[in-house]
Amino acid sequence: MSDAAAIEVENLRHRYGKREALAGVSLRVAERDIVSLLGPNGSGKTTLFKILSTLLPPVAGSVRIFGHDVARQPHAVRRCLGIVFQHPSLDPKLTVRENLLHQGHLYGLHGRPLRLRLEGLLAEFGLAERGADLVATLSGGLQRRVELAKALLHEPRLLLLDEPSTGLDPGARHDLTRMLQRVRHERGATILLTTHILDDAEQSDRVGIIDQGRVIAEGTPAELKARVGGDVISLLAARPDALLEKLRARFACEAVLVDGMVRIERAQGHEFVRDVVEAFPEEVQSITFGKPTLEDVFVHLTGHRLWLAQEGGDRQGRVQGGSP
Amino acid sequence: MKHHFLTVMTLWRREIVRFARQRSRVTGAFAQPLVFWILLGGGLRASFRPPGLPDGMSSVEYFYPGIIALMLLFTAIFSTISVVEDRQAGFLQGVLVAPVSRAAVVLGQALGSTTLAMLQGLLFLVLAPIAGVPLTPLSALAALAVMLIMAFSLSNLGLTIAWRMTSTQGFHAIMNLLLLPLWLLSGAFFPATGAPWWIAWIMTVDPLTYGITLLRRAFYLANPVAAGQLPPAAISLGITLLFCCVAAAAAVGSARRSTVR
Repeated sequence: MSDAAAIEVENLRHRYGKREALAGVSLRVAERDIVSLLGPNGSGKTTLFKILSTLLPPVAGSVRIFGHDVARQPHAVRRCLGIVFQHPSLDPKLTVRENLLHQGHLYGLHGRPLRLRLEGLLAEFGLAERGADLVATLSGGLQRRVELAKALLHEPRLLLLDEPSTGLDPGARHDLTRMLQRVRHERGATILLTTHILDDAEQSDRVGIIDQGRVIAEGTPAELKARVGGDVISLLAARPDALLEKLRARFACEAVLVDGMVRIERAQGHEFVRDVVEAFPEEVQSITFGKPTLEDVFVHLTGHRLWLAQEGGDRQGRVQGGSP
Repeated sequence: MKHHFLTVMTLWRREIVRFARQRSRVTGAFAQPLVFWILLGGGLRASFRPPGLPDGMSSVEYFYPGIIALMLLFTAIFSTISVVEDRQAGFLQGVLVAPVSRAAVVLGQALGSTTLAMLQGLLFLVLAPIAGVPLTPLSALAALAVMLIMAFSLSNLGLTIAWRMTSTQGFHAIMNLLLLPLWLLSGAFFPATGAPWWIAWIMTVDPLTYGITLLRRAFYLANPVAAGQLPPAAISLGITLLFCCVAAAAAVGSARRSTVR
Protein backbone atom coordinates (compact mmCIF):
# COMPACT_ATOMS: atom_id res chain seq x y z
CA MET A 1 0.00 0.00 0.00
CA SER A 2 2.76 2.41 0.90
CA ASP A 3 4.37 2.29 -2.56
CA ALA A 4 1.19 3.67 -4.10
CA ALA A 5 1.63 6.88 -2.10
CA ALA A 6 2.90 9.96 -3.90
CA ILE A 7 3.58 11.82 -0.68
CA GLU A 8 4.08 10.48 2.83
CA VAL A 9 4.71 13.01 5.56
CA GLU A 10 5.24 11.80 9.10
CA ASN A 11 5.34 13.99 12.15
CA LEU A 12 7.04 16.82 10.29
CA ARG A 13 8.21 19.78 12.33
CA HIS A 14 9.78 23.04 11.35
CA ARG A 15 10.60 26.21 13.22
CA TYR A 16 11.83 29.67 12.32
CA GLY A 17 13.81 30.73 15.37
CA LYS A 18 11.37 30.36 18.23
CA ARG A 19 8.23 30.31 16.14
CA GLU A 20 6.98 26.85 15.37
CA ALA A 21 5.66 26.79 11.79
CA LEU A 22 4.93 23.07 11.60
CA ALA A 23 4.02 21.29 14.81
CA GLY A 24 4.00 17.65 13.72
CA VAL A 25 2.32 17.34 10.34
CA SER A 26 1.32 13.93 9.03
CA LEU A 27 -0.18 13.55 5.60
CA ARG A 28 -0.53 10.91 2.92
CA VAL A 29 -1.38 11.66 -0.68
CA ALA A 30 -2.31 8.81 -2.99
CA GLU A 31 -1.16 8.72 -6.60
CA ARG A 32 -3.34 10.48 -9.19
CA ASP A 33 -5.30 12.41 -6.57
CA ILE A 34 -5.83 16.15 -6.66
CA VAL A 35 -5.36 17.34 -3.09
CA SER A 36 -5.79 20.83 -1.67
CA LEU A 37 -4.17 22.05 1.50
CA LEU A 38 -6.63 24.61 2.81
CA GLY A 39 -5.63 26.99 5.53
CA PRO A 40 -5.28 30.67 6.41
CA ASN A 41 -2.07 32.62 5.85
CA GLY A 42 0.46 31.71 8.50
CA SER A 43 -1.05 28.27 9.05
CA GLY A 44 2.17 26.60 7.92
CA LYS A 45 1.06 25.50 4.49
CA THR A 46 3.73 27.49 2.66
CA THR A 47 6.41 26.05 4.93
CA LEU A 48 5.10 22.57 4.18
CA PHE A 49 5.16 23.44 0.47
CA LYS A 50 8.78 24.56 0.67
CA ILE A 51 9.82 21.37 2.39
CA LEU A 52 7.98 19.23 -0.16
CA SER A 53 9.63 21.15 -2.99
CA THR A 54 13.12 20.63 -1.42
CA LEU A 55 13.69 24.34 -0.87
CA LEU A 56 13.82 23.91 2.90
CA PRO A 57 15.33 20.94 4.70
CA PRO A 58 12.97 19.38 7.29
CA VAL A 59 14.01 19.95 10.90
CA ALA A 60 12.40 16.81 12.27
CA GLY A 61 10.12 14.09 10.96
CA SER A 62 10.21 12.45 7.56
CA VAL A 63 8.98 13.32 4.09
CA ARG A 64 8.98 10.78 1.28
CA ILE A 65 7.96 11.46 -2.27
CA PHE A 66 7.40 8.30 -4.33
CA GLY A 67 9.46 6.56 -1.68
CA HIS A 68 12.44 8.97 -1.94
CA ASP A 69 13.43 10.74 1.24
CA VAL A 70 13.44 14.51 0.71
CA ALA A 71 16.38 15.12 3.04
CA ARG A 72 18.60 12.28 1.83
CA GLN A 73 17.76 11.99 -1.88
CA PRO A 74 16.86 15.52 -2.95
CA HIS A 75 17.88 14.97 -6.59
CA ALA A 76 15.72 11.86 -6.95
CA VAL A 77 12.83 13.84 -5.46
CA ARG A 78 13.50 16.85 -7.68
CA ARG A 79 13.25 14.75 -10.82
CA CYS A 80 9.72 13.68 -9.80
CA LEU A 81 8.55 17.19 -9.05
CA GLY A 82 7.00 19.89 -11.18
CA ILE A 83 6.57 23.07 -9.19
CA VAL A 84 4.48 26.17 -9.70
CA PHE A 85 5.49 28.79 -7.15
CA GLN A 86 3.21 31.45 -5.79
CA HIS A 87 5.56 34.13 -7.07
CA PRO A 88 6.53 33.91 -10.72
CA SER A 89 9.66 31.93 -11.52
CA LEU A 90 9.85 32.98 -15.16
CA ASP A 91 12.49 35.32 -16.49
CA PRO A 92 10.47 38.27 -17.82
CA LYS A 93 13.36 39.41 -20.03
CA LEU A 94 13.33 36.15 -21.98
CA THR A 95 10.71 34.91 -24.41
CA VAL A 96 8.25 32.17 -23.50
CA ARG A 97 10.16 29.68 -25.62
CA GLU A 98 13.54 30.66 -24.12
CA ASN A 99 12.18 30.23 -20.62
CA LEU A 100 11.01 26.74 -21.45
CA LEU A 101 14.27 25.84 -23.20
CA HIS A 102 16.29 26.82 -20.14
CA GLN A 103 13.96 24.80 -17.95
CA GLY A 104 14.34 21.77 -20.23
CA HIS A 105 18.13 22.02 -20.09
CA LEU A 106 18.06 22.18 -16.30
CA TYR A 107 16.17 18.89 -16.34
CA GLY A 108 18.58 17.25 -18.77
CA LEU A 109 16.40 17.58 -21.87
CA HIS A 110 17.84 18.98 -25.08
CA GLY A 111 17.76 19.03 -28.85
CA ARG A 112 14.85 17.75 -30.89
CA PRO A 113 13.03 15.84 -28.13
CA LEU A 114 12.97 19.02 -26.04
CA ARG A 115 11.76 21.09 -29.01
CA LEU A 116 8.96 18.65 -29.74
CA ARG A 117 7.79 18.50 -26.17
CA LEU A 118 8.00 22.25 -25.83
CA GLU A 119 5.94 22.95 -28.95
CA GLY A 120 3.41 20.33 -27.85
CA LEU A 121 2.96 22.07 -24.50
CA LEU A 122 2.69 25.51 -26.08
CA ALA A 123 -0.07 24.22 -28.35
CA GLU A 124 -1.80 22.43 -25.48
CA PHE A 125 -1.87 25.57 -23.35
CA GLY A 126 -2.89 27.89 -26.18
CA LEU A 127 0.48 29.65 -26.16
CA ALA A 128 1.77 28.71 -29.60
CA GLU A 129 1.36 32.22 -30.97
CA ARG A 130 3.00 33.85 -27.96
CA GLY A 131 6.09 31.63 -27.96
CA ALA A 132 8.35 34.35 -29.35
CA ASP A 133 7.02 37.09 -27.04
CA LEU A 134 8.87 38.29 -23.98
CA VAL A 135 7.24 36.95 -20.84
CA ALA A 136 6.98 40.51 -19.51
CA THR A 137 4.42 41.31 -22.23
CA LEU A 138 2.02 38.51 -21.20
CA SER A 139 -1.03 38.96 -18.97
CA GLY A 140 -1.07 37.45 -15.49
CA GLY A 141 -3.31 34.59 -16.58
CA LEU A 142 -1.10 33.73 -19.54
CA GLN A 143 2.03 33.91 -17.40
CA ARG A 144 0.44 31.41 -15.04
CA ARG A 145 -0.14 29.12 -18.01
CA VAL A 146 3.52 29.41 -18.99
CA GLU A 147 4.46 28.57 -15.40
CA LEU A 148 2.30 25.47 -15.61
CA ALA A 149 3.78 24.47 -18.98
CA LYS A 150 7.24 25.02 -17.52
CA ALA A 151 6.48 22.81 -14.55
CA LEU A 152 5.15 20.04 -16.81
CA LEU A 153 8.00 20.10 -19.34
CA HIS A 154 9.92 17.19 -17.82
CA GLU A 155 6.69 15.21 -17.26
CA PRO A 156 6.78 15.16 -13.48
CA ARG A 157 4.81 12.56 -11.55
CA LEU A 158 3.88 15.06 -8.87
CA LEU A 159 2.80 18.61 -9.52
CA LEU A 160 3.06 21.02 -6.58
CA LEU A 161 1.32 24.39 -6.79
CA ASP A 162 1.56 27.11 -4.15
CA GLU A 163 -1.54 29.32 -4.11
CA PRO A 164 -1.98 28.89 -7.87
CA SER A 165 -5.17 30.91 -8.19
CA THR A 166 -4.11 33.93 -6.14
CA GLY A 167 -4.31 37.06 -8.24
CA LEU A 168 -6.24 35.39 -11.06
CA ASP A 169 -9.63 36.64 -12.18
CA PRO A 170 -12.54 34.15 -11.98
CA GLY A 171 -12.19 33.20 -15.66
CA ALA A 172 -8.50 32.43 -15.39
CA ARG A 173 -9.14 30.58 -12.14
CA HIS A 174 -11.70 28.37 -13.84
CA ASP A 175 -9.22 27.80 -16.67
CA LEU A 176 -6.61 26.66 -14.20
CA THR A 177 -8.95 24.18 -12.52
CA ARG A 178 -9.80 22.67 -15.90
CA MET A 179 -6.15 22.41 -16.87
CA LEU A 180 -5.28 20.66 -13.62
CA GLN A 181 -8.05 18.13 -14.19
CA ARG A 182 -6.67 17.49 -17.66
CA VAL A 183 -3.11 17.11 -16.39
CA ARG A 184 -4.30 14.45 -13.99
CA HIS A 185 -6.36 12.56 -16.57
CA GLU A 186 -3.99 12.73 -19.51
CA ARG A 187 -0.64 12.54 -17.74
CA GLY A 188 -1.64 10.57 -14.69
CA ALA A 189 0.07 13.12 -12.45
CA THR A 190 -0.64 13.59 -8.77
CA ILE A 191 -1.42 17.18 -7.85
CA LEU A 192 -1.02 18.94 -4.53
CA LEU A 193 -1.91 22.58 -4.17
CA THR A 194 -2.06 24.98 -1.28
CA THR A 195 -4.89 27.46 -1.18
CA HIS A 196 -6.94 29.70 1.02
CA ILE A 197 -9.70 29.86 -1.57
CA LEU A 198 -12.70 27.65 -0.86
CA ASP A 199 -13.61 27.09 -4.49
CA ASP A 200 -10.19 25.60 -5.23
CA ALA A 201 -10.57 23.19 -2.36
CA GLU A 202 -14.13 22.23 -3.38
CA GLN A 203 -12.82 21.17 -6.80
CA SER A 204 -10.24 18.76 -5.34
CA ASP A 205 -10.60 15.05 -4.72
CA ARG A 206 -9.40 15.47 -1.18
CA VAL A 207 -8.75 18.38 1.15
CA GLY A 208 -6.35 18.67 4.04
CA ILE A 209 -7.29 21.43 6.45
CA ILE A 210 -4.24 22.99 8.01
CA ASP A 211 -4.20 25.35 10.96
CA GLN A 212 -1.47 26.45 13.34
CA GLY A 213 1.09 24.05 11.93
CA ARG A 214 -1.07 20.94 11.99
CA VAL A 215 -3.26 19.09 9.52
CA ILE A 216 -6.42 19.04 11.62
CA ALA A 217 -8.66 17.16 9.18
CA GLU A 218 -8.35 15.33 5.90
CA GLY A 219 -10.92 13.81 3.58
CA THR A 220 -13.07 14.38 0.52
CA PRO A 221 -15.00 17.66 0.57
CA ALA A 222 -18.21 15.67 1.22
CA GLU A 223 -16.67 13.75 4.12
CA LEU A 224 -15.41 16.92 5.69
CA LYS A 225 -18.76 18.66 5.37
CA ALA A 226 -20.47 15.67 6.98
CA ARG A 227 -18.50 16.45 10.10
CA VAL A 228 -20.62 19.52 10.63
CA GLY A 229 -23.85 18.38 12.28
CA GLY A 230 -26.57 19.24 9.76
CA ASP A 231 -27.15 22.81 8.63
CA VAL A 232 -25.34 25.95 9.61
CA ILE A 233 -27.33 28.90 10.95
CA SER A 234 -25.80 32.34 11.47
CA LEU A 235 -27.52 35.16 13.33
CA LEU A 236 -26.73 38.83 13.31
CA ALA A 237 -27.87 40.61 16.47
CA ALA A 238 -27.39 43.99 18.10
CA ARG A 239 -26.29 42.26 21.30
CA PRO A 240 -24.95 38.86 20.23
CA ASP A 241 -23.79 37.92 23.76
CA ALA A 242 -27.26 38.26 25.19
CA LEU A 243 -28.83 36.38 22.31
CA LEU A 244 -26.28 33.61 22.73
CA GLU A 245 -27.33 33.12 26.36
CA LYS A 246 -31.00 33.14 25.54
CA LEU A 247 -30.60 30.63 22.72
CA ARG A 248 -28.65 28.28 24.93
CA ALA A 249 -31.30 28.50 27.64
CA ARG A 250 -34.27 28.17 25.35
CA PHE A 251 -33.14 25.55 22.85
CA ALA A 252 -30.35 23.78 24.73
CA CYS A 253 -28.21 24.15 21.62
CA GLU A 254 -24.48 24.63 21.21
CA ALA A 255 -24.48 28.20 19.97
CA VAL A 256 -21.07 29.84 19.59
CA LEU A 257 -19.90 33.32 18.82
CA VAL A 258 -17.76 33.54 15.69
CA ASP A 259 -16.51 36.86 14.48
CA GLY A 260 -19.37 38.76 16.12
CA MET A 261 -22.07 36.44 14.83
CA VAL A 262 -24.00 33.72 16.60
CA ARG A 263 -23.43 30.41 14.90
CA ILE A 264 -25.35 27.17 15.39
CA GLU A 265 -24.97 23.79 13.72
CA ARG A 266 -28.21 21.86 13.69
CA ALA A 267 -30.13 19.25 11.73
CA GLN A 268 -33.47 20.42 10.31
CA GLY A 269 -32.13 23.94 10.20
CA HIS A 270 -35.17 25.42 8.47
CA GLU A 271 -37.43 24.51 11.37
CA PHE A 272 -34.94 25.94 13.81
CA VAL A 273 -34.82 29.21 11.90
CA ARG A 274 -38.58 29.56 12.25
CA ASP A 275 -38.46 28.77 15.96
CA VAL A 276 -35.73 31.29 16.62
CA VAL A 277 -37.42 34.08 14.72
CA GLU A 278 -40.69 33.39 16.56
CA ALA A 279 -39.00 33.24 19.94
CA PHE A 280 -36.79 36.34 19.60
CA PRO A 281 -38.33 38.63 16.96
CA GLU A 282 -36.76 41.73 18.52
CA GLU A 283 -33.19 40.54 19.01
CA VAL A 284 -32.46 38.96 15.64
CA GLN A 285 -31.46 41.42 12.93
CA SER A 286 -30.81 38.92 10.19
CA ILE A 287 -30.56 35.20 9.86
CA THR A 288 -28.98 32.93 7.26
CA PHE A 289 -28.96 29.22 6.98
CA GLY A 290 -27.36 26.79 4.55
CA LYS A 291 -25.65 23.52 3.88
CA PRO A 292 -22.16 23.50 5.35
CA THR A 293 -19.29 24.76 3.21
CA LEU A 294 -15.63 24.00 3.79
CA GLU A 295 -15.51 27.33 5.57
CA ASP A 296 -18.07 25.94 8.03
CA VAL A 297 -15.93 22.85 8.44
CA PHE A 298 -12.99 25.08 9.27
CA VAL A 299 -15.01 27.06 11.81
CA HIS A 300 -16.40 23.84 13.25
CA LEU A 301 -12.88 22.50 13.78
CA THR A 302 -11.06 25.62 14.91
CA GLY A 303 -13.69 27.98 16.28
CA HIS A 304 -12.38 30.78 14.08
CA ARG A 305 -12.92 31.81 10.52
CA LEU A 306 -10.60 31.08 7.63
CA TRP A 307 -10.48 34.73 6.64
CA LEU A 308 -9.58 36.15 9.97
CA ALA A 309 -6.37 38.17 9.92
CA GLN A 310 -6.24 38.07 6.16
CA GLU A 311 -6.28 40.84 3.64
CA GLY A 312 -9.63 40.98 1.88
CA GLY A 313 -8.45 40.49 -1.71
CA ASP A 314 -9.76 37.00 -2.16
CA ARG A 315 -12.67 37.13 0.24
CA GLN A 316 -15.48 34.92 -0.89
CA GLY A 317 -19.01 36.19 -1.11
CA ARG A 318 -20.47 33.15 0.49
CA VAL A 319 -19.24 33.92 3.98
CA GLN A 320 -22.37 35.24 5.61
CA GLY A 321 -22.41 38.61 7.22
CA GLY A 322 -19.40 40.05 5.40
CA SER A 323 -16.42 41.57 7.13
CA PRO A 324 -16.66 42.97 10.65
CA MET B 1 28.16 14.81 -17.06
CA LYS B 2 26.10 15.78 -20.07
CA HIS B 3 23.46 17.14 -17.76
CA HIS B 4 26.05 19.30 -15.96
CA PHE B 5 27.23 20.58 -19.31
CA LEU B 6 23.67 21.50 -20.32
CA THR B 7 23.18 23.34 -17.03
CA VAL B 8 26.38 25.33 -17.41
CA MET B 9 25.71 26.22 -21.04
CA THR B 10 22.10 27.24 -20.53
CA LEU B 11 22.83 29.54 -17.59
CA TRP B 12 25.88 30.98 -19.34
CA ARG B 13 23.86 31.73 -22.41
CA ARG B 14 21.09 33.30 -20.38
CA GLU B 15 23.48 35.85 -18.83
CA ILE B 16 24.66 36.92 -22.29
CA VAL B 17 21.17 37.13 -23.77
CA ARG B 18 19.90 39.18 -20.84
CA PHE B 19 22.87 41.51 -21.16
CA ALA B 20 22.40 41.96 -24.89
CA ARG B 21 18.70 42.79 -24.46
CA GLN B 22 19.35 45.66 -22.07
CA ARG B 23 20.47 48.51 -24.24
CA SER B 24 21.59 50.63 -21.30
CA ARG B 25 23.92 47.90 -20.09
CA VAL B 26 25.41 47.43 -23.55
CA THR B 27 25.92 51.16 -24.00
CA GLY B 28 27.43 51.41 -20.54
CA ALA B 29 29.78 48.55 -21.21
CA PHE B 30 31.17 50.26 -24.30
CA ALA B 31 31.22 53.77 -22.94
CA GLN B 32 32.68 53.09 -19.51
CA PRO B 33 36.23 52.24 -20.61
CA LEU B 34 36.35 55.28 -22.84
CA VAL B 35 35.10 57.61 -20.13
CA PHE B 36 37.62 56.24 -17.67
CA TRP B 37 40.32 56.55 -20.22
CA ILE B 38 39.55 60.17 -21.03
CA LEU B 39 39.20 61.18 -17.38
CA LEU B 40 42.27 59.43 -16.08
CA GLY B 41 44.43 59.93 -19.13
CA GLY B 42 43.56 63.54 -19.71
CA GLY B 43 42.86 64.78 -16.21
CA LEU B 44 45.63 63.15 -14.26
CA ARG B 45 48.36 63.42 -16.84
CA ALA B 46 49.42 66.90 -15.94
CA SER B 47 48.65 67.11 -12.26
CA PHE B 48 49.35 63.72 -10.77
CA ARG B 49 52.30 61.42 -10.82
CA PRO B 50 52.40 58.67 -8.17
CA PRO B 51 55.75 58.32 -6.41
CA GLY B 52 57.90 55.31 -7.27
CA LEU B 53 56.97 55.03 -10.93
CA PRO B 54 59.51 53.27 -13.17
CA ASP B 55 61.90 55.56 -15.01
CA GLY B 56 60.58 56.86 -18.29
CA MET B 57 57.00 55.70 -17.69
CA SER B 58 54.19 58.23 -17.84
CA SER B 59 51.36 57.99 -15.35
CA VAL B 60 48.97 57.24 -18.24
CA GLU B 61 51.06 54.28 -19.23
CA TYR B 62 51.32 53.17 -15.62
CA PHE B 63 47.55 53.33 -15.09
CA TYR B 64 46.76 51.36 -18.21
CA PRO B 65 46.93 47.78 -16.79
CA GLY B 66 45.22 49.02 -13.64
CA ILE B 67 42.31 50.42 -15.63
CA ILE B 68 41.93 47.08 -17.39
CA ALA B 69 41.78 45.42 -13.98
CA LEU B 70 39.22 47.96 -12.84
CA MET B 71 37.06 47.24 -15.88
CA LEU B 72 37.23 43.53 -15.19
CA LEU B 73 36.52 44.05 -11.52
CA PHE B 74 33.44 46.17 -12.03
CA THR B 75 31.93 44.25 -14.90
CA ALA B 76 32.59 40.81 -13.49
CA ILE B 77 31.36 41.58 -10.03
CA PHE B 78 28.43 43.79 -10.86
CA SER B 79 27.09 41.35 -13.38
CA THR B 80 26.90 38.77 -10.59
CA ILE B 81 24.27 41.03 -9.09
CA SER B 82 21.92 39.16 -11.42
CA VAL B 83 21.88 36.40 -8.80
CA VAL B 84 20.32 38.82 -6.32
CA GLU B 85 17.88 40.02 -8.98
CA ASP B 86 17.02 36.43 -9.88
CA ARG B 87 16.30 35.73 -6.24
CA GLN B 88 14.01 38.74 -5.99
CA ALA B 89 12.29 38.11 -9.31
CA GLY B 90 11.76 34.44 -8.50
CA PHE B 91 13.77 32.84 -11.30
CA LEU B 92 16.28 31.46 -8.82
CA GLN B 93 13.71 29.33 -6.98
CA GLY B 94 13.13 27.39 -10.20
CA VAL B 95 16.86 26.73 -10.49
CA LEU B 96 17.14 25.71 -6.84
CA VAL B 97 14.50 22.98 -7.15
CA ALA B 98 15.91 21.58 -10.41
CA PRO B 99 17.95 18.36 -10.17
CA VAL B 100 21.23 20.11 -10.93
CA SER B 101 24.40 20.51 -8.91
CA ARG B 102 25.02 23.92 -7.43
CA ALA B 103 28.59 23.76 -8.75
CA ALA B 104 27.25 23.60 -12.33
CA VAL B 105 24.88 26.50 -11.62
CA VAL B 106 27.71 28.62 -10.22
CA LEU B 107 30.00 27.74 -13.12
CA GLY B 108 27.36 28.82 -15.64
CA GLN B 109 26.85 32.12 -13.83
CA ALA B 110 30.59 32.72 -13.45
CA LEU B 111 31.23 32.06 -17.13
CA GLY B 112 28.46 34.51 -18.01
CA SER B 113 30.03 37.29 -15.94
CA THR B 114 33.49 36.38 -17.18
CA THR B 115 32.38 36.68 -20.78
CA LEU B 116 30.90 40.12 -20.22
CA ALA B 117 34.03 41.29 -18.41
CA MET B 118 36.27 39.95 -21.16
CA LEU B 119 34.23 41.71 -23.79
CA GLN B 120 34.97 45.01 -22.10
CA GLY B 121 38.56 44.13 -21.39
CA LEU B 122 39.06 43.31 -25.04
CA LEU B 123 37.71 46.69 -26.11
CA PHE B 124 40.14 48.34 -23.79
CA LEU B 125 43.06 46.25 -24.95
CA VAL B 126 42.68 47.79 -28.37
CA LEU B 127 43.54 51.17 -26.82
CA ALA B 128 46.99 50.02 -25.67
CA PRO B 129 48.96 51.79 -28.41
CA ILE B 130 47.34 55.10 -27.49
CA ALA B 131 48.56 54.61 -23.93
CA GLY B 132 52.08 54.12 -25.23
CA VAL B 133 52.05 50.52 -24.08
CA PRO B 134 53.92 48.28 -26.53
CA LEU B 135 51.60 45.50 -27.65
CA THR B 136 52.96 42.59 -29.65
CA PRO B 137 50.70 39.66 -30.60
CA LEU B 138 52.44 37.56 -27.96
CA SER B 139 51.92 40.21 -25.24
CA ALA B 140 48.30 40.55 -26.23
CA LEU B 141 47.75 36.80 -25.93
CA ALA B 142 49.50 36.68 -22.56
CA ALA B 143 47.47 39.66 -21.36
CA LEU B 144 44.22 38.03 -22.48
CA ALA B 145 45.07 34.84 -20.60
CA VAL B 146 45.75 36.80 -17.43
CA MET B 147 42.57 38.82 -17.90
CA LEU B 148 40.59 35.63 -18.28
CA ILE B 149 41.84 34.21 -15.01
CA MET B 150 41.25 37.51 -13.25
CA ALA B 151 37.73 37.92 -14.65
CA PHE B 152 36.80 34.39 -13.66
CA SER B 153 38.21 34.83 -10.14
CA LEU B 154 36.44 38.13 -9.64
CA SER B 155 33.16 36.71 -10.97
CA ASN B 156 33.38 33.99 -8.37
CA LEU B 157 34.21 36.53 -5.67
CA GLY B 158 31.06 38.40 -6.70
CA LEU B 159 29.00 35.21 -6.69
CA THR B 160 30.26 34.28 -3.23
CA ILE B 161 28.72 37.46 -1.92
CA ALA B 162 25.70 37.62 -4.25
CA TRP B 163 24.46 34.16 -3.21
CA ARG B 164 24.28 35.37 0.38
CA MET B 165 22.55 38.67 -0.30
CA THR B 166 18.83 39.31 -0.48
CA SER B 167 18.90 42.92 -1.65
CA THR B 168 20.83 44.73 -4.36
CA GLN B 169 21.45 47.65 -1.99
CA GLY B 170 23.27 45.35 0.40
CA PHE B 171 25.29 43.99 -2.46
CA HIS B 172 26.37 47.47 -3.55
CA ALA B 173 27.32 48.45 -0.01
CA ILE B 174 29.50 45.38 0.53
CA MET B 175 31.05 45.63 -2.87
CA ASN B 176 32.05 49.25 -2.49
CA LEU B 177 33.52 48.53 0.89
CA LEU B 178 35.52 45.61 -0.42
CA LEU B 179 36.21 46.30 -4.06
CA LEU B 180 37.62 49.80 -4.16
CA PRO B 181 40.29 49.09 -1.53
CA LEU B 182 41.01 45.80 -3.29
CA TRP B 183 41.69 47.70 -6.48
CA LEU B 184 43.34 50.79 -5.01
CA LEU B 185 45.85 48.69 -3.08
CA SER B 186 46.71 46.34 -5.90
CA GLY B 187 49.43 48.41 -7.47
CA ALA B 188 46.96 49.53 -10.11
CA PHE B 189 47.05 53.13 -9.01
CA PHE B 190 50.47 53.51 -7.39
CA PRO B 191 53.41 51.13 -6.93
CA ALA B 192 54.23 49.61 -3.55
CA THR B 193 57.79 50.97 -3.76
CA GLY B 194 56.71 54.54 -3.08
CA ALA B 195 54.05 53.75 -0.48
CA PRO B 196 54.26 53.89 3.36
CA TRP B 197 55.25 50.54 4.90
CA TRP B 198 51.80 49.58 6.17
CA ILE B 199 50.15 50.32 2.84
CA ALA B 200 52.89 48.33 1.12
CA TRP B 201 52.18 45.47 3.51
CA ILE B 202 48.47 45.45 2.67
CA MET B 203 49.44 45.51 -0.99
CA THR B 204 51.43 42.31 -0.60
CA VAL B 205 48.39 40.46 0.79
CA ASP B 206 45.95 41.84 -1.78
CA PRO B 207 45.47 38.99 -4.26
CA LEU B 208 44.71 41.46 -7.02
CA THR B 209 48.30 42.78 -6.75
CA TYR B 210 49.55 39.58 -8.34
CA GLY B 211 47.02 39.63 -11.15
CA ILE B 212 48.04 43.16 -12.02
CA THR B 213 51.70 42.15 -11.78
CA LEU B 214 51.07 39.42 -14.33
CA LEU B 215 49.25 41.88 -16.54
CA ARG B 216 52.18 44.33 -16.42
CA ARG B 217 54.63 41.53 -17.10
CA ALA B 218 52.52 40.46 -20.09
CA PHE B 219 52.65 43.95 -21.58
CA TYR B 220 56.40 44.25 -21.08
CA LEU B 221 57.17 40.69 -22.12
CA ALA B 222 59.98 41.76 -24.44
CA ASN B 223 61.49 44.31 -22.05
CA PRO B 224 60.80 43.31 -18.40
CA VAL B 225 63.02 46.06 -17.02
CA ALA B 226 60.69 48.74 -18.36
CA ALA B 227 57.85 47.36 -16.19
CA GLY B 228 59.67 48.45 -13.04
CA GLN B 229 60.03 46.61 -9.74
CA LEU B 230 57.44 43.81 -9.52
CA PRO B 231 56.96 40.55 -7.60
CA PRO B 232 58.38 37.50 -9.42
CA ALA B 233 56.24 36.08 -12.26
CA ALA B 234 56.11 32.50 -10.96
CA ILE B 235 54.92 33.55 -7.51
CA SER B 236 52.39 35.93 -9.01
CA LEU B 237 51.00 33.22 -11.25
CA GLY B 238 50.81 30.79 -8.33
CA ILE B 239 48.94 33.24 -6.12
CA THR B 240 46.62 34.30 -8.93
CA LEU B 241 45.66 30.72 -9.69
CA LEU B 242 45.25 29.95 -6.00
CA PHE B 243 42.97 32.97 -5.60
CA CYS B 244 40.96 31.72 -8.56
CA CYS B 245 40.45 28.28 -7.00
CA VAL B 246 39.61 29.70 -3.58
CA ALA B 247 37.08 32.13 -5.04
CA ALA B 248 35.42 29.38 -7.10
CA ALA B 249 35.21 27.05 -4.10
CA ALA B 250 33.80 29.85 -1.96
CA ALA B 251 31.14 30.64 -4.58
CA VAL B 252 30.03 27.00 -4.76
CA GLY B 253 29.99 26.82 -0.97
CA SER B 254 27.89 29.95 -0.80
CA ALA B 255 25.41 28.56 -3.33
CA ARG B 256 25.16 25.20 -1.53
CA ARG B 257 24.20 26.89 1.71
CA SER B 258 21.55 28.97 0.03
CA THR B 259 17.87 28.30 0.59
CA VAL B 260 14.87 30.40 -0.26
CA ARG B 261 12.99 31.96 2.58
